[in-house]
Amino acid sequence: MSKGQEIDYQSLVEPARIHSSLYHDQQVFQDEMERIWYRTWVYVGHESEVPRRNDFVTKSIGPTPVLLVRDRNDELRLLLNKCTHRGNQICAAAKGNQATFTCPYHAWTFSNTGEVTGLAFPEGYRNDQTDKQSLNLSSVPRMANYRGFIFGSFAEDGPSLEEHLGGAKASLDQLVENSPTGEIEISTGFLQHKTHANWKFMLENETDGYHPGFVHSSVFQVTNSKIGALYGPKSTALARDFGNGHTEIDLRPEFRRRDTPMSWFGTTADRLPEYTAAMQAMHGAEKARQIMVDGTPHIMIFPNLFIAEIQMFVLQPLSANLTVQHVTALQFKGAPDINRRLRQQTMGSVGPAGFLLADDTEMYERNQQAAEIRQPEWLTLTRGLQREKQDENGFRVGHVTDEVPQRGIWKHYLKQMAV
Amino acid sequence: MNFQTDTSLHREVEAFLFREARLQDTHQYDAWEQLWTEDAIYWVPANGLDGDPDQVMSVIYDNRSRIGIRIAQLNTGRRHTQEPRSNLVRIVSNVEIVSVEGDEMSVHSNSLVYEDSLRGETIWACRNEFRLRRAEDGLRMVKKKVGLVNNHKPINTLSFLI
Repeated sequence: MSKGQEIDYQSLVEPARIHSSLYHDQQVFQDEMERIWYRTWVYVGHESEVPRRNDFVTKSIGPTPVLLVRDRNDELRLLLNKCTHRGNQICAAAKGNQATFTCPYHAWTFSNTGEVTGLAFPEGYRNDQTDKQSLNLSSVPRMANYRGFIFGSFAEDGPSLEEHLGGAKASLDQLVENSPTGEIEISTGFLQHKTHANWKFMLENETDGYHPGFVHSSVFQVTNSKIGALYGPKSTALARDFGNGHTEIDLRPEFRRRDTPMSWFGTTADRLPEYTAAMQAMHGAEKARQIMVDGTPHIMIFPNLFIAEIQMFVLQPLSANLTVQHVTALQFKGAPDINRRLRQQTMGSVGPAGFLLADDTEMYERNQQAAEIRQPEWLTLTRGLQREKQDENGFRVGHVTDEVPQRGIWKHYLKQMAV
Repeated sequence: MNFQTDTSLHREVEAFLFREARLQDTHQYDAWEQLWTEDAIYWVPANGLDGDPDQVMSVIYDNRSRIGIRIAQLNTGRRHTQEPRSNLVRIVSNVEIVSVEGDEMSVHSNSLVYEDSLRGETIWACRNEFRLRRAEDGLRMVKKKVGLVNNHKPINTLSFLI
């Protein structure tokens, strides 16, 4: 596949095997940017990250920085950090609160609505050269908000966010239901884990229920964790393909078997009295109990948002072999006792020094180094093919350790990539 | 004598920090764990040096129990990111005793750590703040804060003892 030639993706993605070049080829990466990252819906940020008027925070869509702004009129916007004059960055801060952005290069000034408001030394321009509209900041063409989660798409037209999310909406609904106010907050800052590997190794591993017993056996052993058993051969948990590239590990069958509220979180309801009382007040005792038995989801929303029970990961690809994993604790608005534990457990398990993620990331990086070894060219995704089935909603499911999610991811990938 | 001009105290503190550095560089996990008090805090902040670790994410924010888990995990032989272990050399310098109160003192130092691992080579630059306490047989760490100067940016896996 020499540069300049169109890559035939049909010949590289089969239903249950994948060609290694898809993980390291730079032209593949460029095609992914155009056909996935700068076209389909990509998670950008959460509305709680900009709670006040004029708040902004720097987020990204793939390698492109995006300013998530709550403007002076209380509207959320996704602005591009590039002056319409000479293209300098209008903002160098990671976050802040301001109603205008002034480019440091020639002092062009923009409202946080994106409108240009001032050109320095305006007498140097003819009136017809200062057609204001054409000098406004660019923005991500489409933005949509699902229950506080803000997505952007660089395509002017296409499926709506809700059409894109499809079955995955139910998992975000499940997450939000675990907050006693029905609101999630992303408020504790992100750890940024530089990962020398292709983003798809992460995308696939987030719902790989086969690896935990091996990659994470060390920490399961030293903490006497019950998590390992969820991913064992006798587990009743499921791996699910929602379509559109969204996949999940559904641990509810195991938690329902235990039938103990907060067992999903490794604790009991009486150790979280404020949270439990608030949940009962919100939902009533019976429904609160069921929610607290089921717990939060473990879902990978294509291509970059991973909700892992207690934390959120946002994947940011930078090149074929470099990705940043941004990760933070989920916080339930109005639930300080559980939030403290959510933060503590997140810090222990993920990020560059995490008991879990340092080892996952080691696997990603070794996978990347091995990807260019010439043989075998093809990687296998056959696990559980013989026992895959459809659930009551028509989604494909398999045993928690089966490769149903990965086959689903690649099916969607091929749909996006094949011209 | 003023603690800032007490050369024997300064020597003692330096010797302790150099020993701690050597135990880390040579992966002597159990001996390193013995340097901590029971009320210890091992803290590597993220996104600046001044955040409240009880409110915001840190790269590491271990109490004594979690330090024990960290060491036990390394000792399993299945902490994959440290099998094989990183090859490490660190330079510790700019040691200053900032204050002395009873049997405790605050000490600052800088360290520059060179890490060689399967991934490649990484240099870690750190501003360190220690709270040390005098025990019967020498000094112990009550608190160690490791301020990575680039902690506002994406950083590599940090699985050795920093």
